[in-house]
Amino acid sequence: MRLFSSSQVGGEEILAAVWRALEKLYGEYGASKAGLGLMEFDEKERCAILRVMKGEVEMLRAALASITKIGEAPVSLSVLRVSGTIKSLRDKSSV
Amino acid sequence: MRRRFADLHLRFNPRDETQAAQMFERASDFGYRMIGVTTDNANHLGDSDRLRRLGKDFGLDVVTRLDLRAKSGGDLVRSLRRVRRRFELIAVVCDSKPVARQAAKDRRVDLLNFCGCSYRQRFFDLSEAGLASKGLSALEVDIRPLLVMEGPGRAGLLMSLRREVAIARSMDVPVVLSSGVSEVALMRGPDALVALSSLFDLNHSSALSCVSDVPFCMVKRNRGKLSSKFVAPGIRIIREGKGC
Repeated sequence: MRLFSSSQVGGEEILAAVWRALEKLYGEYGASKAGLGLMEFDEKERCAILRVMKGEVEMLRAALASITKIGEAPVSLSVLRVSGTIKSLRDKSSV
Repeated sequence: MRRRFADLHLRFNPRDETQAAQMFERASDFGYRMIGVTTDNANHLGDSDRLRRLGKDFGLDVVTRLDLRAKSGGDLVRSLRRVRRRFELIAVVCDSKPVARQAAKDRRVDLLNFCGCSYRQRFFDLSEAGLASKGLSALEVDIRPLLVMEGPGRAGLLMSLRREVAIARSMDVPVVLSSGVSEVALMRGPDALVALSSLFDLNHSSALSCVSDVPFCMVKRNRGKLSSKFVAPGIRIIREGKGC
């Protein structure tokens, strides 16, 4: 996932924003099914690896698309690649 | 063949080259191949050739689009007569029922846009879909309100969109997914539009065609009509001169 923002945003803030977006769109029950986790965040490249349950990728995509701000900073998050393993994700996108 | 994507509803001042370049760059990053540059005023598009050249630098095909607002059905017909051949796409902002009905049955209208968020301001019902299915217009769903609204307002809008998309699909009215944004920060890629459309129960393969095949077909049809070789639907000039 890539972050577009003119401000500095940390990994924990991104994860909290994604949780909030999931909760807003799908409720606590829906969000709990996502099994969301932040595996890595590269502040320099502004790329992150998020973990999500296999069947809930579309739910996460929608939640990421619905995030417009983190704190006061306008942001946009876009999915670069989806993969079953971190190894193949790295091979595909050189994150 | 790799799928091509289009966002037919980007709103910015077409005369502002810096903003245009920023939006084109982001659209190109997101993987769009075609974008619609929108204006509300037929005289405000500026130099569309300059925009096309700028778009080409980013690998984008720029389409000129007018968002038409009318006070009545008659007013809409008069406006369409005046502007139809000047723009590649005409969308009608349906803020009243008579305008929505006229727009749906007029074959010069490409897109029906319902900007209101309250269900009272949205007129895409079975009758509207029936008229649109006999014409050439498609239902346009802008994603922007879903990004800027939250809580009960967004839930109400999702309810309306779910109903409208189901009606459109049952009546074979094409649906186009667009962003409808005016800021770079709110721009979203085609995969994000497809994912957000799952919130109003549009299935994945249909949603993909709403951001690729449907808009591309619409623009191709209109460009054919605006070409000097077009005579009538199904008739166009192949060759001219003595040898014919």
